[in-house]
Amino acid sequence: MAAETGNLEQFKTGILDNNPVLVQLLGMCPALAVTNSVENALVMGGAATFVVVMSNLITSLLRNLIKPHVRILIFTLTIATFVTIADLFLKAYLFKVSQAIGAFIPLIIVNCMIICRAEVVAIKNGVGKSLADAFGIGIGFTLSLLTLGIIREILGSGTFLNYQVLPKTVWDTHAWIIMILPPGAFLTLGVVVGVVNYMRERGKVGA
Amino acid sequence: MSDATNAAKPAALPIKDAGPRGFLVSSPPHLAAGATTQRIMFEVLLAMLPLFGFALYMFRLSAIVLTVATIAGALAAEALGNLMRKRDQSSVYDGSAIVTGAILAFSLPPSLNPYMAFLGGMVGIALGKIVFGGIGNNLFNPAMVGRAFLMICFPAALVSFTPTAPMTAAGVDATTMATPLYAAAKQMDLPSMSALWLGNTGGCLGETSAIAALIGGLYLVIRGVADWRQPLALLLTAGIFAQIAHWIAPDAHPGATFHLTSGAMMFGAFFIATDYVGAPVNPWGRLIFGAGVGLLVMVIRLFGAYPEGFMFAILIMNSLTPVIERVTTPTPFGGKVEA
Repeated sequence: MAAETGNLEQFKTGILDNNPVLVQLLGMCPALAVTNSVENALVMGGAATFVVVMSNLITSLLRNLIKPHVRILIFTLTIATFVTIADLFLKAYLFKVSQAIGAFIPLIIVNCMIICRAEVVAIKNGVGKSLADAFGIGIGFTLSLLTLGIIREILGSGTFLNYQVLPKTVWDTHAWIIMILPPGAFLTLGVVVGVVNYMRERGKVGA
Repeated sequence: MSDATNAAKPAALPIKDAGPRGFLVSSPPHLAAGATTQRIMFEVLLAMLPLFGFALYMFRLSAIVLTVATIAGALAAEALGNLMRKRDQSSVYDGSAIVTGAILAFSLPPSLNPYMAFLGGMVGIALGKIVFGGIGNNLFNPAMVGRAFLMICFPAALVSFTPTAPMTAAGVDATTMATPLYAAAKQMDLPSMSALWLGNTGGCLGETSAIAALIGGLYLVIRGVADWRQPLALLLTAGIFAQIAHWIAPDAHPGATFHLTSGAMMFGAFFIATDYVGAPVNPWGRLIFGAGVGLLVMVIRLFGAYPEGFMFAILIMNSLTPVIERVTTPTPFGGKVEA
């Protein structure tokens, strides 16, 4: 990571060059497990964004107080606190989605994407840069999940956010059931990562 | 063969790079049997003709439509893959995609929607072959990858069998009919032995007639296109397993001849298990591969949720091929070579 990057750069890198799911291949578990519909993907992305922003904020504020040898413990505690808040919030206000996503909201605690941001950015940088980074990563994560969710929901159920987009008569009998099942998650992720790599390579050659 | 000297040599030169006097300078082998991909694929297609003929008689138009659809899908994916990888289109013309498409078509039920068949052909080539680097590099049999995709994608369509003209009674437009394996799993009345051999039963396009598959398969083995080891080991293992099950519980399980002539057993043993790329190279490895497929087919048929298990058996053994290869690699003359 370059020593001096501006906040805007730091924000953009999370969405494009360091996109957590599609480039760094971090946080694969939720990316595979809860992207069978756009709604689940959005809620998951929102929850993870909230956690990474808050954890980066707290870690950055505490960075001069944290002793190096206990830093992972502090990160985990901070993350766990905000994951619990997010989990209870979803249970209170979005109960159905919370039921659908199940254990994957609590599992944000062990999402390596978030601890990676604390370790790489927040512990070493000021609040502004840490927040910019967290928003970038969070949005990058949400967009990747959204991409997978859109592809999988449209092909697998013929709907987009539960609105019918593909002809219902055809899709009632011909839905690609595989797309909302686990194999569809792996196939979609593989194809999307392949396309992203292809475009990145082409960008490099062109530049 | 020592690795050091071999690595120093340049790779075999193509013909057009022959020396000034037309002498071909290349590393061994110097004698070639003239077996090109194109010729082998042509022989395989030739061997599939009896099956296709029978499918045509049994299922009429749907045999043609499905075969054309899968082959078109396979070729489209192959061409698209070459285009994306900026390769020349030679692999479209070598016939391997046509064989993949044909094998896939023969393992589909006749009542399937042609659009699904097209999709299966595309997915089989794209996800089963192109992503691994094209012909020769695939881990799994592309036709079976395509079928597995369809099986999970459209589970209902893949297990509904509608018999056509020769089977239905006069005056009836269409009836549905259980495949022999489904009948066996549900302990219903089984079709007669002659029906199984000839193929006058329900089932996928190319799997109903055991005789047609046997004729094509023996042709492949005699012509040296397919190794005899996989089919022999496969049919022997499956037969022994089925017979033992029959002896233990004669009421629940029909015997070896039923299992060997029903479902995809004959067709798969000769046409799918003998695929060059997914199977081991070593002779003993091929025997183990065949036996493994035979065993898995019978395990899935007798104890699994699906009435037929050929596709999954092939895919599982494909994934075990590297392990089999490692165990069966022969020691070269002169002692063990440290890898």
